[in-house]
Amino acid sequence: MANTQAMCTSFKADLLNGLHAFGTSVVRGATTADTFKAALYLASATINAATTAYSATNEVSGTGYTAGGVAVTFGTAPSTSGTSAIVTPSASIVYTTVTLTTSFDTVLLYNSTQSNKAVSVHTFGAQTITAGTLTLTMPTNAVSTALIEID
Amino acid sequence: MTMINTIHGGMDETDLVKTEGVYEDDNERTTWVEYRLPGSDEIVHRSAHVGLKQVLADGLIAELN
Repeated sequence: MANTQAMCTSFKADLLNGLHAFGTSVVRGATTADTFKAALYLASATINAATTAYSATNEVSGTGYTAGGVAVTFGTAPSTSGTSAIVTPSASIVYTTVTLTTSFDTVLLYNSTQSNKAVSVHTFGAQTITAGTLTLTMPTNAVSTALIEID
Repeated sequence: MTMINTIHGGMDETDLVKTEGVYEDDNERTTWVEYRLPGSDEIVHRSAHVGLKQVLADGLIAELN
């Protein structure tokens, strides 16, 4: 037998499950699963890895769209595969019967339970919607395809 | 008869001009559909399906080594 330096795979999933708090100021707002939301941003916005929380600045606006976006369903708990931890929304993100006439190209996933803290940024080709529906479908929840993956 | 929601209310699809498209790259696979009135450039309905993909190149995946 030999020992091998590694970050424990279970720890990665534990991070996604919010089980570890290295910072002394961490205060969780709930003991149940958090609520996550998806907000759309204009193509002219600057949403990227430096984004720390949801902001209404440069968020889309229009008929049928509520500031802050829509809830995201995580029906499947984070899991591990190999040495990766993964999680993917279990349902499409749908903005039903909206009119968004100014081009948008980004969706921000954020944690509305924890002070609207940012989770991930996903960009796509600029879109407009007219009296229609925008559906964001999710990739397969597996290593190398999951929407959120810690390797 | 398929009814389409438009800026003018519900309209029969056969009364509209339909345009569809597909776009795919490393980030997405998107399909969209637009409807216009015959002889008009005005879009009266536009919907899109954006299939998100995992983004590998821009650091979306957190690397914990």
